[in-house]
Amino acid sequence: MQEVKRKYVIPGDIVAEGNFKPLGNVFRNGNSIVATRIGITESNKDGTKVIPLSGIYFPRVNDIVIGKILDHSSLSWSVDINSCFSAHLPAQDIFGRDFSPAHDDMGSQLSSGDVIVARIAIFDRTRDPILTIQDKDLGKIPTGELLKISATRVPRLIGKRGSMIQTIEQATSTRVTIGQNGIIVVSGKDKEGTNLALNAIHIVEAEAHTSNLTQRIKQLLNVPESDIENDTQNNHEMNETPMNDDKVISNDIGKEMGMMNSDGTK
Amino acid sequence: MVQNRSLIDESGKRSDGRIIDELREVKINVGIIKNADGSALIEFGKNKIIAAVYGPREVHPKHMALSDRCVIRCRYHMSPFSTDTRKSPAPSRRETEISKVIREALEPAVMLEDYPRAAIDIFIEVLQADGGSRCAGITAASVALADAGINMRDMVSACAAGKVDDKIVIDINDTEDKEGGADMPVAYMSNLKEITLLQLDGELNPTEFNTCLEEAIRGCLKVYEIQRSSLMEKYFGNEKGLKE
Repeated sequence: MQEVKRKYVIPGDIVAEGNFKPLGNVFRNGNSIVATRIGITESNKDGTKVIPLSGIYFPRVNDIVIGKILDHSSLSWSVDINSCFSAHLPAQDIFGRDFSPAHDDMGSQLSSGDVIVARIAIFDRTRDPILTIQDKDLGKIPTGELLKISATRVPRLIGKRGSMIQTIEQATSTRVTIGQNGIIVVSGKDKEGTNLALNAIHIVEAEAHTSNLTQRIKQLLNVPESDIENDTQNNHEMNETPMNDDKVISNDIGKEMGMMNSDGTK
Repeated sequence: MVQNRSLIDESGKRSDGRIIDELREVKINVGIIKNADGSALIEFGKNKIIAAVYGPREVHPKHMALSDRCVIRCRYHMSPFSTDTRKSPAPSRRETEISKVIREALEPAVMLEDYPRAAIDIFIEVLQADGGSRCAGITAASVALADAGINMRDMVSACAAGKVDDKIVIDINDTEDKEGGADMPVAYMSNLKEITLLQLDGELNPTEFNTCLEEAIRGCLKVYEIQRSSLMEKYFGNEKGLKE
């Protein structure tokens, strides 16, 4: 397989010619692979793809997203996840399998306006995404500064193995929660650190496609060079977002909740 | 269409000083509307047109949504101050038709099946009109769609050609449109080599038609280069390294 250089493309540009596997934001037209988005091409032995530089968030199964509770029906909360579909968080996810709208007060757990971190449990394009908060580090976010960036900038903000976000977190002593949908919550002890982190995130968003960005952010935050290496945290997403593989995983709603509070009736 | 004065002088210059195969000056600014997901301002000669794209987003009313692909809604509108006599701001019959025609010119380029149950809204606002505003509108909307990060097979470029004083010229302006012999707007996908819009107002014989179409496509290719450079400028402004 021949080597393909990285290059900038707009929709309609030929990314590669020959026997490449189209991975993401490209399509095959005869013998050539054509870009469908503005972005930077990347190809390796698995295939070829375009890393997009613009666009709104489109949900994928297993993405960690930050959403705002809009409202609830008798069986689920509807959540704004900054996408063209509003997501649903089933009440059973919180109350367990024996949830009953008559006995459980949904408002006591989450009310409209609350911000949650959730994982997309089910999404197959034919219906709205279903969320779950039954996992480590998921659930309601009590405090913090909410900001929105373009979802295409999220991998850059996280950096290679979380390098960028760790730089920002450590230098400003804040906790930055990133949703794949481009919504970010920054919580810190003091206002100064929070503002500095917000500032750095805005710079990353604006200059996402330029090289040596981590170095410049380090300079901005006055971080000495050796501090950040080899210090990986696993609760952040990986640098490269996996490209669209819309597999549907099985739903584990209520699995851990057991049969407590059952009153014997149906 | 009555030709009562010569639109091309002895030296081959047209009413605005161009030669027969010369485009008006085209300038495209990308991303000028912050609230929109993608936007562009095009200056096509004296035309000034803003295109804004929102979406893909939820469809309201819900019954308009399609389960297997997204819907494109397009609104072409001329501002009351865009012409020399005030234009009523209410959508006219002409604007409704142009909205439909522009939508159909853009639909083949957009990968509709990637966004089922969603809608993409395209707004084209003509601030100043000088003939060829549907072509300029399509060109700007295509750039705005790319700016919005919507999956597209190709960019759509549009340019008109026509007959003035029995000569085939490209990029017809307002005077030539009103007083000339024929006006043929064409929208074209340059890489896929497909025509997405072909209209003709006036009379052409088969030979003239073929020349006219060829000239219009040549115009589209020139417009495509401008679309391309404006997008490259916006996204990769300072870095020339990876550009072709």
